[in-house]
Amino acid sequence: MSAKSQRVLPGFGLALGYTLVYLSLLILLPLGGMILKASELGFGQILDIALGERSLAAFRVTFVSSLLAASINAFFGLIVAWILVRYSFPGKRFVDALVDLPFALPTAVAGITLATLYAGNGWLGQYLEPLGVKVAYTPLGIIVALTFITLPFVVRTLQPVIEDIETEVEEAAASLGASRWQTFVKAIFPAIGPALLTGFALAFARALGEFGSVIFIAGNLPLISEIVPLLIISKLEQYDVLGATALAVVMLAISFVLLLVINALQWWAANRHKNSEPLEVAAGKTKAGAA
Amino acid sequence: MTHFRKSIATVLLSLVAGAALADATLLNASYDVARDVYKDYNPMFQKHWKANAGESVELKQSHGGSTKQVRAVADGLEADVVTMNQANDIEFLAEKGLVAKDWAKKFPNNASPYTSAMVFIVRKGNPKALKDWADLAAPGVQVIMPHPKNTGNGRNTYLSAWAWALKQPGGSDKTAQEFVGKLLKNAPLFAAGGRDATTTFMQRGMGDALITFESEAEMIAKEFGKGNFEVIHPSLTMQTEFPVAVVEKVVDKKGTRKQATAYLEYLWSKEGQENAAQNYLRPRDAELLKKYAAFFPPVKTFTVDEVFGGANKAFATHFKDGGTFDQIYVAK
Repeated sequence: MSAKSQRVLPGFGLALGYTLVYLSLLILLPLGGMILKASELGFGQILDIALGERSLAAFRVTFVSSLLAASINAFFGLIVAWILVRYSFPGKRFVDALVDLPFALPTAVAGITLATLYAGNGWLGQYLEPLGVKVAYTPLGIIVALTFITLPFVVRTLQPVIEDIETEVEEAAASLGASRWQTFVKAIFPAIGPALLTGFALAFARALGEFGSVIFIAGNLPLISEIVPLLIISKLEQYDVLGATALAVVMLAISFVLLLVINALQWWAANRHKNSEPLEVAAGKTKAGAA
Repeated sequence: MTHFRKSIATVLLSLVAGAALADATLLNASYDVARDVYKDYNPMFQKHWKANAGESVELKQSHGGSTKQVRAVADGLEADVVTMNQANDIEFLAEKGLVAKDWAKKFPNNASPYTSAMVFIVRKGNPKALKDWADLAAPGVQVIMPHPKNTGNGRNTYLSAWAWALKQPGGSDKTAQEFVGKLLKNAPLFAAGGRDATTTFMQRGMGDALITFESEAEMIAKEFGKGNFEVIHPSLTMQTEFPVAVVEKVVDKKGTRKQATAYLEYLWSKEGQENAAQNYLRPRDAELLKKYAAFFPPVKTFTVDEVFGGANKAFATHFKDGGTFDQIYVAK
């Protein structure tokens, strides 16, 4: 209890209580209800529903395209965030505001717009299709939609972290003889790595649950371009609430495990560099290389 | 805080007062594209009811996907009447005890005041000469339709093709399933809904034929111009019904049985039938059907009851998990 005296703001008990009640009402209660409903089915029945050929294909499509979309955004989102923080150029504020648009747009609008753009007679599709690249109504379309929807997560998580890195860090690394690549890998990446993972995880989680934008561009063909949320809707159309809940619970369980793994990775990444000074390591290696 | 409470109280009071002005309030839970039909119909009924019963009645509408709507009613949405586009949605409410078991007999014509038919929309001049279901299943033809498992429109398409194949010489369930399988192979995508299929076909220029409701064709003409497409009536197609029912539990509780029943009965009046015709839905009234013959050419139709033994049975055989639709895609 010695920590208590050090706290500047009072009311820890109240705040914790509030947090617990708020999270319970908002998250635990609906999720608990869902799991309770699913428990009306046996474990074997849930597995049967999840392991059907159509469900398995949908799980594959959903997770693979979400992973790819989050990876694409981790790479290009990093570049966008870097440029928005480190450089100033005319219209920068405008570009910065653009990044948030996918959040604001109703997802169905995003899906319809993307399908129109990438259809065979669309602005982009008319040039892509002669090259043999079909985007709208293929699994590729799903990835495009998910990439669009999840871009802000990566950029907005990275921006404050990049802002915190002083340019002196790069200058110091350079003056100690680090190459540009070494500066990035040894000095900058350790600082932004955990945030990048967080952004990736958020984007991935969001992509898994996305429905509105995907159904308009996916084509929704069984075994090829059906996502899990569509199968859930399909079960509800049959008044099969239990089956829908079973799929949702399986989806939730897999997502939870994946997010847990990503969080553990992030924790590991943050701790690995806690006690070592990346700059010294970089500089030391360079010296050793020179000697 | 007191300010806040006062304003809440004012809002609540005005809501109560607003409802009290009318002698009765009815909520009609309906499917999505019925908006236009009831937008015109509701004022007609209000006038009729005022003149005949001397009561003013307030009418509220709730629109959404048909299945979503009945689920909302089952979960407690206090709709006095449901006006849907699929019989199995009303069957669902009957199973839950909200609607009379014999709802289809409570009104004439299977409780469906108007109908439509599934037709083909093809490109101008019909370049691929698509005349009947067989042409749609031919190699090299692309067909646009909504998802057969998840949308009413898609299910009607699927069952129309099935029934046609069944009625061919030597037709059986086996040949019908083979035929529908061939037809579905020609679908490059399954649209999210009826309107999405229309956009894909008309605006994105995909496919050689779009399968949809006859009533939708006029909407397309309004939106995209009459000269851009042709409507083809196949040799046999489904007469789609739009069943209506009184929600017994709700009208008993609210005491609105009389008004709710009258509201639905009036759909069969000359005015109600004419309103349907003007919204491109085939009226049951033979005289009006003749009057609007330009919209409604004679077409050979079947009903789901005749060929599939009822909407529920059709659904269970074809669209439940493991049904014929799944069999076409999934080997086991």
